[in-house]
Amino acid sequence: MRYLPLTPDDRAQMLGVIGAPDIDALFADVPAAARKRELFDLPRRAGELEVERELGLLAARNRPAGSGPFFCGAGAYRHHVPATVDHIIQRSEFLTSYTPYQPEIAQGTLQVLFEFQTQVAALTGMDVANASMYDGSTACAEAVMMSQRVTRREKAILSGGLHPHYAAVTQTIAHAEGMHIVRQAAALDAEAAVIAAIDAETACVVVQTPNVFGVVTDVTRIAEAAHAAGALLIVVTTEAVSFGLLKSPGEMGADIAVAEGQSIGNALNYGGPYIGLFACREKLVRQMPGRLCGETIDAQGRRGYVLTLSTREQHIRREKATSNICTNSGLCALAFTIHLSLLGEVGLRQMAALNHSRARELAAALGGVVEVLTPRFFNEIAVRVPKRAGDASSVVEALLTDGIVAGVPYSRLDPHAGLDDILLLACTETTTSEDIAALSAALKRRLGQ
Amino acid sequence: MTMNSVGRPTAPNAAANGAEGFASLTGARGLLQDEPLLFELGGWDKTGVDFDAPDHDASDLGDLVRAAPIGLAGLSEPETMRHYVRLSQKNHAIDLALYPLGSCTMKHNPRLNEKMARLAGFADLHPLQPVSTTQGALELIDRLAHWLKTLTGMPAVAMTPKAGAHGELCGLLCIRAAHEAAGHGHRRRVLVPTSAHGTNPATAAFVGYSVEEIAQTADGRVDLADLEAKLGPDVAAIMVTNPNTCGLFERDVIEIARITHAHGAYFYCDGANFNAIVGKVRPGDLGVDAMHINLHKTFSTPHGGGGPGAGPVVLSAALAPFAPAPWVVHGPDGLTLVEEAKDQAAQAFGRMCAFQGQMGMFVRAYAYMRSHGSDGLRQVAEDAVLNANYIKAMLSAEMTPAFPDGPCMHEALFDDRWLDGTGVSTLDFAKAMIDEGFHPMTMYFPLVVHGAMLIEPTETESKRELDRFCEALLALARAAKAGDAQRFTGAPYLAPLSRLDETLAARKPKLTWRPEHDATPAAE
Repeated sequence: MRYLPLTPDDRAQMLGVIGAPDIDALFADVPAAARKRELFDLPRRAGELEVERELGLLAARNRPAGSGPFFCGAGAYRHHVPATVDHIIQRSEFLTSYTPYQPEIAQGTLQVLFEFQTQVAALTGMDVANASMYDGSTACAEAVMMSQRVTRREKAILSGGLHPHYAAVTQTIAHAEGMHIVRQAAALDAEAAVIAAIDAETACVVVQTPNVFGVVTDVTRIAEAAHAAGALLIVVTTEAVSFGLLKSPGEMGADIAVAEGQSIGNALNYGGPYIGLFACREKLVRQMPGRLCGETIDAQGRRGYVLTLSTREQHIRREKATSNICTNSGLCALAFTIHLSLLGEVGLRQMAALNHSRARELAAALGGVVEVLTPRFFNEIAVRVPKRAGDASSVVEALLTDGIVAGVPYSRLDPHAGLDDILLLACTETTTSEDIAALSAALKRRLGQ
Repeated sequence: MTMNSVGRPTAPNAAANGAEGFASLTGARGLLQDEPLLFELGGWDKTGVDFDAPDHDASDLGDLVRAAPIGLAGLSEPETMRHYVRLSQKNHAIDLALYPLGSCTMKHNPRLNEKMARLAGFADLHPLQPVSTTQGALELIDRLAHWLKTLTGMPAVAMTPKAGAHGELCGLLCIRAAHEAAGHGHRRRVLVPTSAHGTNPATAAFVGYSVEEIAQTADGRVDLADLEAKLGPDVAAIMVTNPNTCGLFERDVIEIARITHAHGAYFYCDGANFNAIVGKVRPGDLGVDAMHINLHKTFSTPHGGGGPGAGPVVLSAALAPFAPAPWVVHGPDGLTLVEEAKDQAAQAFGRMCAFQGQMGMFVRAYAYMRSHGSDGLRQVAEDAVLNANYIKAMLSAEMTPAFPDGPCMHEALFDDRWLDGTGVSTLDFAKAMIDEGFHPMTMYFPLVVHGAMLIEPTETESKRELDRFCEALLALARAAKAGDAQRFTGAPYLAPLSRLDETLAARKPKLTWRPEHDATPAAE
């Protein structure tokens, strides 16, 4: 087997050194009843060529997003990632290293994490950021639980514009921890309902912008209402490129900002691995979940970086930890940081402007065909399909036969909201004018216009 | 001196041999470059990406547009390459040398897996595109699930947890949901051995359970009598790692499961050490109800400097109905995804994350499993255990194994008795390993052994590398005993940096770079 270096000779010699008659002697502590003599009912070993063939066949049964006009967003976005990013993250020293618990021989990873934290704090307009979470949805749940530690209150209000998966994850995890989660009904404009729901029991309100319907919201008034009641404002963003065009959560009064960072540096990957961004105000830092990288000096006074404030973490605090998290998304954070270094302030602003421009083009092209519902958008819009077309799912299925993936039916995310006629469509810099024209023409044809 | 025809010396000068006390003029050390932070490289107006100009502006967004500078630095492509390659050279990596972290299973990461995960049919697939366009992806998830179920002898698996601790949380939420469904919501105590990973008690506390420790016997196993005494009508579950964190198989595991079940509690097994038994022993045969599998340990997906991981949880028939959404089902038109549990009148407890879990890791793990097959995986466990026992035998010449009697499983545990009187601590010894070119072993864990040193070589080390490792550690051990304490207390001497001041980092946390008062990035 190509990954196993020991030869039969090595094995015999090593057993001799150990003083064991055979390999079974080393498994003597396993109860005899549980020791399987026969091989499991699974295929035998396969060469590299054979594995490539099998996986190649499976991959060929999928339609890659890049193989034609494609308008899916709703929390995951197809962006162009420069070739440099994938090259660097495949370097052995980054790919095959462990969590940097031995800082003397992990300064590469640690300095990257410090740069990552600085970038995330800048993007979100917050003071500090952690070294990443599993994804945006789990970061959202962690933020809600953090608000309980800060305010000692139990109620969390989730706005109707929050991505339904984020709401479900937060309900599952924060509820398990004992919080009372109030999930508001799905709504394009959730501001008034959120403000009305804030009371003296509220630990936090969770508002997404741009929200799941693509609506960009100035959350300043929600922040004021939350703060007046002693609650925290958590702002969620699922499209990190929007930070390059829109007012940041920090500028609008957020206490905690969480985001899905997949858009920068990371492929769609059918949903994972992704990367959760988590940032907050400086005064809350000791209640933050996840790993943190901090600056310090070595014995000779040279600048260096270490994982710090680990007294919050499970391997030290055990049952008193702020969170049970052990892993972050190290390699995805590296990809994020490299891509953002390539972009810089200039490039990110250009990329964001281009995304917005494409979405304006899309909204204009669809305006006469379907009802565009999103008043102010970044790169994603919600449209209502006319009744005669059936529902949004049937429109997507129909356009598939034209070679177009026309977006995400809202009902796929939230089947019980009664919004079967809502279709979510996103554009990025990868969307061309031809893609938009093809979509518009196919929709007109299908809708009999 | 020997010279060629244009006067170039062709052999080293004898004086060039002793580098003792030499310092470069710039502070650089040959190939190892000091590298400033990205933000100190000054690229406030630089970019390494070219874009077309947009056709439409953002005037429609009015005052929602970000006016103030963001504060991001940029670099051209060649500068980016240099910056990150220079940083990379300050990292230890499996591809450089043995990485003996106990309980972490730092095995070789096959590059075929990376290649497969990057196929456009997997990497360029949106989680919400119509399932009719992702049949191959669903098939892969289904096949991986079949392998995991077969290897563990368990009937069900929840695929979505994103890491080991996330899997533990998923498993405990299944257990809690099962108790609540049976009207046993009052069961809120969890028993955890003192040797457990920190994530176990953290996860139990997280779901609102109180945690109680189970004592350990002198030979490093769960104390059955203590377990039986602590089991009762309020116990929800036990959480036991097997093989345990001392690197030992729990001989009484079947009895542990029996009495746990007899008291109406579930048996959660921490699967971090599955590598020791993969292909040979099925946790289902041991009475386990739930176990997470770290795909980034046993199934070789890269650790990537701290993630991403993946932690699917296999479940017994009793817990299977409570598994979270989504899951793959076979329908009349092929495979489909159940994304909303309510639709199936299922008892699913909820959702662990957005979308379908760590697909990129699934592809890698599946490529790894297919490459090994049932025969290769069995060999993995046997070689992993053989390598650990070889290290235990070799190092016992100078070091004291914590449990000398009987074999260990995939990792060898030593205590610090052998360092008594040397003035060298476990930490010092581990740091000195860095100067010899090895990553330290896991230290001071498990907590039940004083000055613990936990060494897990994995099966992907050759005998030659094992010998090199053992010779280095034995030489260090002899040096410590010979009174050469300075070699240890100041170590590492040859790493990019010497020991770092962690107290300073925690007392005055500096977590982001900030511009000096006179050099604001914004104003430029």
